[in-house]
Amino acid sequence: MSRYKNILFLVAVLLVQVIGLAVQVRRPNPNGGDGKTVRLIRYWAISLMSPPEKVVHGTGTGVRGMWSNYLDLRHVRQQNQELRERVSRLQLEQAGLLEDARQGQRLQALLGFKEHYIYNTVPAQVIGTSGTDQSRILTIDKGSKDGLKPDMAVITPDGIVGKVRDVFGHTSQVLVISDQTSGAGVLLESTRLRGVLRGNALGQPQIINMLPDERVKPGERVVTSGGDQIFPRGLPVGVVDQMVPDTSNPPYMDIVIKPAANLGHLEELLVITEASDRMPPTAQQDMAQSAAEGAAVSKQRASDILAERLPGLSDPNALADPGPGQKPATPATPAVLPPLHPPPALHPDHYTPDATPPANSLTPGQAVVDPKYAAAPKPHVSETAPAKSTAESKTTASKPAQDSDAEAPKADTGAPVKPKHPATSATTTGQEAVPGATHPPVVKPKVPKVTVPAPEPSDGSNTAPGIAPAASPGDGSQPH
Amino acid sequence: MAMSASLARRELDVQRYPLIVVVLVPLAAIFLQVLIPRFIPKFDIIDLPLLVTIYFSVGWRNPIAGTITGAVIGLVQDALTSRPLGINGISQCVVGFFAASLGVKIDVENPGTRLLINFAFTLLNIGIYLFIMHRMLAFNVRTNWLHEVIKAVINSIVGVFFFDILDRVRPRD
Repeated sequence: MSRYKNILFLVAVLLVQVIGLAVQVRRPNPNGGDGKTVRLIRYWAISLMSPPEKVVHGTGTGVRGMWSNYLDLRHVRQQNQELRERVSRLQLEQAGLLEDARQGQRLQALLGFKEHYIYNTVPAQVIGTSGTDQSRILTIDKGSKDGLKPDMAVITPDGIVGKVRDVFGHTSQVLVISDQTSGAGVLLESTRLRGVLRGNALGQPQIINMLPDERVKPGERVVTSGGDQIFPRGLPVGVVDQMVPDTSNPPYMDIVIKPAANLGHLEELLVITEASDRMPPTAQQDMAQSAAEGAAVSKQRASDILAERLPGLSDPNALADPGPGQKPATPATPAVLPPLHPPPALHPDHYTPDATPPANSLTPGQAVVDPKYAAAPKPHVSETAPAKSTAESKTTASKPAQDSDAEAPKADTGAPVKPKHPATSATTTGQEAVPGATHPPVVKPKVPKVTVPAPEPSDGSNTAPGIAPAASPGDGSQPH
Repeated sequence: MAMSASLARRELDVQRYPLIVVVLVPLAAIFLQVLIPRFIPKFDIIDLPLLVTIYFSVGWRNPIAGTITGAVIGLVQDALTSRPLGINGISQCVVGFFAASLGVKIDVENPGTRLLINFAFTLLNIGIYLFIMHRMLAFNVRTNWLHEVIKAVINSIVGVFFFDILDRVRPRD
């Protein structure tokens, strides 16, 4: 018996631990976390390690504080100035986003969506780790006495870190997102793909069980989706680093994430102790202040812009407008730019500026006919397509016949008809589209010169002086 | 006569350490293990508590003492992680038992021997740990074997220097 004493002892110790493991796995705590006995053992271990960790942390912080305070004082004025400028810039940016945020809130209210804002946080210091690469755990110096509870989200200003796992009196354990047993609901920002984030064997956070998608590219931002009920929606998680095939579960892929928070060098954390569907008062105050300052700056900017431009408009040294088609004279000062005019039309018609006679020279009720079109009367070709150029024939062949019928009376009466698609028509007729120049619609010249008696407008809505009413049936178009 | 001579030599070779050293060295190792990765994140690839278990087990040459040492240190390590208690406890008590059994038979003062036993016992510890995680607890964790082999190599190298430091706390005859 004494010969097997050692091996029997080993078996007994192993058996006790295996039973202990089985009990822990078989009877998990219904409230989450560990059972009472396990929690007690963890508490002893944490209590054993925490005091020296706090001493080391406090000593290190004190020494670093003394040194960094001295260094900070040397540059505090410059940093203060930089921070003020940054605050001003951020306030302006916030003011710009304010309206979008309000619109988003209104839409969310319409959809019955409950946004969770970070309402209250508790800052905490990292005082220790688990000490093994098989479990990514951090020990922080805040516990239940500070209002911490299990499953609270832990973040930094850069991004999420993890969640509170076990809470003791003055310390807590934080399960980092790079642990293989962690989990967080995340969302790829541009492709809107959702997934579950957890750590891999190398301690890198990755989104698991994703179908291959070509849209996912390295560098795409990943944010929390809010679906896990732990992390509020929209917190930065990191960026896509690479996509690797899941060898154990093809054809799924794992998306390895480069975390936004530096998980390797964490010192100060924020534990979200309260999330609410209303915005915190401080945030509301900041937004109101930003909105006011943004409006003031915008007004100031608008006036500045006007002040810069107005002297140019009334500059006595500015050249007189030479008018279209005339070459401007050499400017007296290079700072004053000559006013711009559209280039002269390649094919002037009655829409071309200065081609239409002034209104005071017109006789009410008498149509104005362009002499260009009046010069070639072809009264008997109205039933078929007129003689046109080859290009025009090709174009009109593709257009419905009623188009030309409908536009004919307007052209005859000289009403200002705007082509429906000038650019299109220019392109299809083989002409180069000239900005500002319009082309005559394809018309069927019927009568070279038509004089229509001026009708008495019954309602005065569809006709205007000098414009004849619809002369042919089916013309329902109105002058624009 | 021959047996009594062998026993006497074995008794002479057994290392005895003051109680305070036996208590404080494992505690210091665990403390450094949880503290240093805060500043050097890659330090967690080194397993100082495992090296302490191997060192004391080999020095004591008593399998029961090695089993208890490994179990206690492993349980404390488990308590500092998020995993169930007993995973490291089981793996390290097995390592402690075999390290003590091996210490009876071979010279463990040689650096080359120390390098080899550290490599072998680190791999054994990892193997038992992963067996418990995958087979007994059915935890869905993934393993990078290359990482584990690198870890064993680094631990064996660090162990040689660490054992040399621990030799200095051993009382001289």
